[in-house]
Amino acid sequence: MKKLLTAAQIAQVLDEMLAKILPDVSKDKNFAVIGIRSRGEILAGRLSAALSEKTGREIPCGTLDISLYRDDFNTPNGAAQVTVQPTDIPFSIDGKFILLVDDVLHTGRSVRAAMDALTDLGRPKKVRLAVLVDRGNQELPIRADYVGIRTDVPLEQFVRVHLEESDGKEEVIVEKSS
Amino acid sequence: MDTKFQWRHKHLIGLAELSRQEIEFILDTAKGFEEFSTRSVKKAPTLRGKVVVNMFFEDSTRTRNSFTLAANRLSADVIEFTKTSSSVNKGETLIDTARNLEAMGVDIVVIRHSAGGAPKLLSRSINACVVNAGDGFHEHPTQALLDIYTIRQVRGSLDGLTVGIVGDIAHSRVARSNIYAMTKLGAKVILIGPPTLMPAGISQLGVRVSHNLDEVIEELDVINMLRIQFERLGGNLFPSVREYSHFFGLTVDRMKRAKKDIVVMHPGPINRGVEIESEVADGPNSVILQQVSNGVAVRMAVLFLVNQATAIQINE
Repeated sequence: MKKLLTAAQIAQVLDEMLAKILPDVSKDKNFAVIGIRSRGEILAGRLSAALSEKTGREIPCGTLDISLYRDDFNTPNGAAQVTVQPTDIPFSIDGKFILLVDDVLHTGRSVRAAMDALTDLGRPKKVRLAVLVDRGNQELPIRADYVGIRTDVPLEQFVRVHLEESDGKEEVIVEKSS
Repeated sequence: MDTKFQWRHKHLIGLAELSRQEIEFILDTAKGFEEFSTRSVKKAPTLRGKVVVNMFFEDSTRTRNSFTLAANRLSADVIEFTKTSSSVNKGETLIDTARNLEAMGVDIVVIRHSAGGAPKLLSRSINACVVNAGDGFHEHPTQALLDIYTIRQVRGSLDGLTVGIVGDIAHSRVARSNIYAMTKLGAKVILIGPPTLMPAGISQLGVRVSHNLDEVIEELDVINMLRIQFERLGGNLFPSVREYSHFFGLTVDRMKRAKKDIVVMHPGPINRGVEIESEVADGPNSVILQQVSNGVAVRMAVLFLVNQATAIQINE
């Protein structure tokens, strides 16, 4: 097990991301943040709160459940069972500048699923992607627009993001295959 | 919700064989489908390329359309099969019919049949997933699931609630599925109806039996009014419809003695003025239409889960 980020470093990385996002938000009145369940949801909550504070206006925040849009549950080597939970986006995404938030960018398949899910909900003007960790090895032509840290992690290892709200601790670690 | 939990049943035959955890898992999954009906695009690609056949050997409006809609919303292709326009009328057996449909590449068979046990028999004879949409007097699992889903939506949980099921218990698969599931989820169930419509030995399922609605109405948190199934009532099981509604109908007068927040349910179709008065069926305590809306979400969850169990089985 290797520690990628400590609690203090996560806070610092989020601050840096915020600084990069802020100029784009200020230009666009129709801005909203949507997190991918479940860690992306927490990060989206933090980012939208900070953005609301900095811009002085309410930045809407929603949660996207992508389990119905995954591409692996009919394949024989499909991953473990997904748990379907509600998507909770209490505003129209039509014409909005959407900041999609996830914890880790790896294959790019979650983001692909998230974009399909978003398309079914409406037609945003722009979609940008923010991730805390970009660990490389994308299998689809998908890149993040705002990246916390970028690091190459070998395929057989896992990047785990633990956040206070869901895990009771705050850290990013790399684990050998479980 | 326990995310480690794995759903493993590729068939849904009845609720008698499911655990509390499994039943709750279906309901929790259905929650994820609830907001679908409010979207602009009411569809997810989840069952794209899968084929669902609705094999209905008995009449149905709600259940059939609900399953069709559920399958459509998950992007599955749906074949509608009706007994009257099929080769069943030429003497083909149930299993032969199903095997032939399966040979065309059907993945999920939704079956309603007048013979209890038909879905079970089918599940042993074909590889496709089998979902019971009501079999004889045996079970109607998705109806009970949507009943419970609706109660949870209104009251949060079934724990400690007293649920009255009123009417023709003997001929009711809805009652049986409800009894199995509600008792597992911590509700007290009282069956209410005339002795002629009460099956012998039913109290062994852990329920109370009453032949007098007026005696128990004040205790009930939820009342589920079953339909009088005129098509199944061969003999003279009660003297007259008027007498039945006098003793067992949910009237405005009876509602005055019930708890203020009593939840009024009915699996449909309603015989207005027989088991329930129109004012009550359309009144503020009634969740009858909410039940129908929830039916789609619950059936989406069931189709999703049985299909996923197949994928997991192939995986292992």
